Order: sequence, then C-alpha cells, then structure tokens
Amino acid sequence: MATVELRFSALPEHVRTARLVAAAVARRAGVDEAVLDEVRLAVGEACTRAVGLHQSGGIAAPVKVLLIEEEKQFSIEVGDEAPRSAPGDRAPGSAGDDAEAEEDEMGLAVISGLVDDVEVTAGEHGGLIRMTWPSAPPTAVLA
Amino acid sequence: MDLSLSTRTVGDRTVVEVGGEIDVYTAPKLREQLVELVNDGSFHLVVDMEGVDFLDSTGLGVLVGGLKRVRAHEGSLRLVCNQERILKIFRITGLTKVFPIHTSVDEAVAATD
Repeated sequence: MATVELRFSALPEHVRTARLVAAAVARRAGVDEAVLDEVRLAVGEACTRAVGLHQSGGIAAPVKVLLIEEEKQFSIEVGDEAPRSAPGDRAPGSAGDDAEAEEDEMGLAVISGLVDDVEVTAGEHGGLIRMTWPSAPPTAVLA
Repeated sequence: MDLSLSTRTVGDRTVVEVGGEIDVYTAPKLREQLVELVNDGSFHLVVDMEGVDFLDSTGLGVLVGGLKRVRAHEGSLRLVCNQERILKIFRITGLTKVFPIHTSVDEAVAATD
C-alpha cells in the first residue's frame, strides 16, 4: 500500500493544489482517465468543506489529505479537526451560519452525487470523508 | 489557472464571459462582479461559461446568489455551457431546473420566455 499525505493550512488558495496533487496521484494509481474529473471535483469539495470548518471554528491545525493506493482501488481521505458533539449541533443560528450550512450541504451533495463509494464520519475530534474508486494499475511493460 | 472575467452589453443583456477555474478561492471575484452589475442596474445577465475549466459547489452557490439578486429586480440569469463535465455538476445538484442553460450566447441573448 502506497500513500501520499498532504497537509495544508486551511486557506482557500491551497484547495487547488490539493486537487492537482490528488488527480496526479490518482492517474498514477491507474484510476480511469474518464473518472479523473470526478476525483478532482470530489477532493476539491471535501477540502473546501474542511477549510470552511477550520476557518469558522478558528482551528489553526492544517487540513489533512491521504491519497491511498491499494491493489485494485484508490482512496482519498480528507480529515478536518472541527469537533462535533452531536449531529446538527451548531452555534445558535445567525444568517451567516445558515448560508455556511447550505454551502456545506451543497458540497456534500456534489460528493455523494459523484462518488459511489463514500463514507462521511464525524466526532468530537473532527470529521473524515473517505472516497474510493476502482483502479487498474498499469502493468510495467519492458520492451 | 486563475479566474478571468469580462463583461459586454448586447441589447438589454449583459454578457459576463468567465474563464478559468471557479472554486472556493476564485468564486468571491465572480460574486463581486455579479453584485456590482446588479447594483449598477444590469438585471438581465448571461453568464458565458464556455471558457470555464472547473466549477465546484462554491461556484454554484455564487450563481444561485446572482439569480436571487436579479430576480429581486424581475431580471434573469442565463447560462451558456456546452461542456459535459460542467453540465454534469448542474445535473447532479438539480440546478438544471433552476437555470436556463443555452448552447450559445446568441441563443441566450435572444431568449425571452
């Protein structure tokens, strides 16, 4: 199992970097070219969500992305450190909170629309989105 | 790649040509542009997305926000897009029912409904 790990400060300008790295590693892992656009979009959505959670929660820790190459599949894990004590537990709602909540849901809607195999978990130490795609690593041909 | 924006007037419509990537970093620039147009009295917008390489939910949010603003002035916001990978994002989020999506700027400018 080969893994590439990426940590970046929770800033919007770094989300593009995460997309580019994820797409490059996915291509190398043998994820179908036709699916790479989906990988790029899904990882971008997950990172955008994590950046938003860190920024609104004033969390200084970086966002963590794991790109995991396995025998017949490729997984991406995007982890945030924003604590949730209970589902739907948010600070008392101002309009700003509602708008953020809507964007958060839109991001998740895109991810679940794009990726068949996706797992979203959250707890007191933060949340994790794990997305998996099938891969067919190119066999080395030495001619 | 960054975001590029340019506007031009065609009859009573304002065409906003967008190029590059619309994501969490660049979407605020598009939001500013749309807000500015509406504040200046342009209520019939055509957003030409043919030069867009990447669009995420943040970009969708900005477009929905733009639509909300022009509708407050009985205006319209039409999109021009032929790229399958961009259209797919509108489909999976159900926004194809919200935005009129045209295949060319001419068609969008001529549309009335």
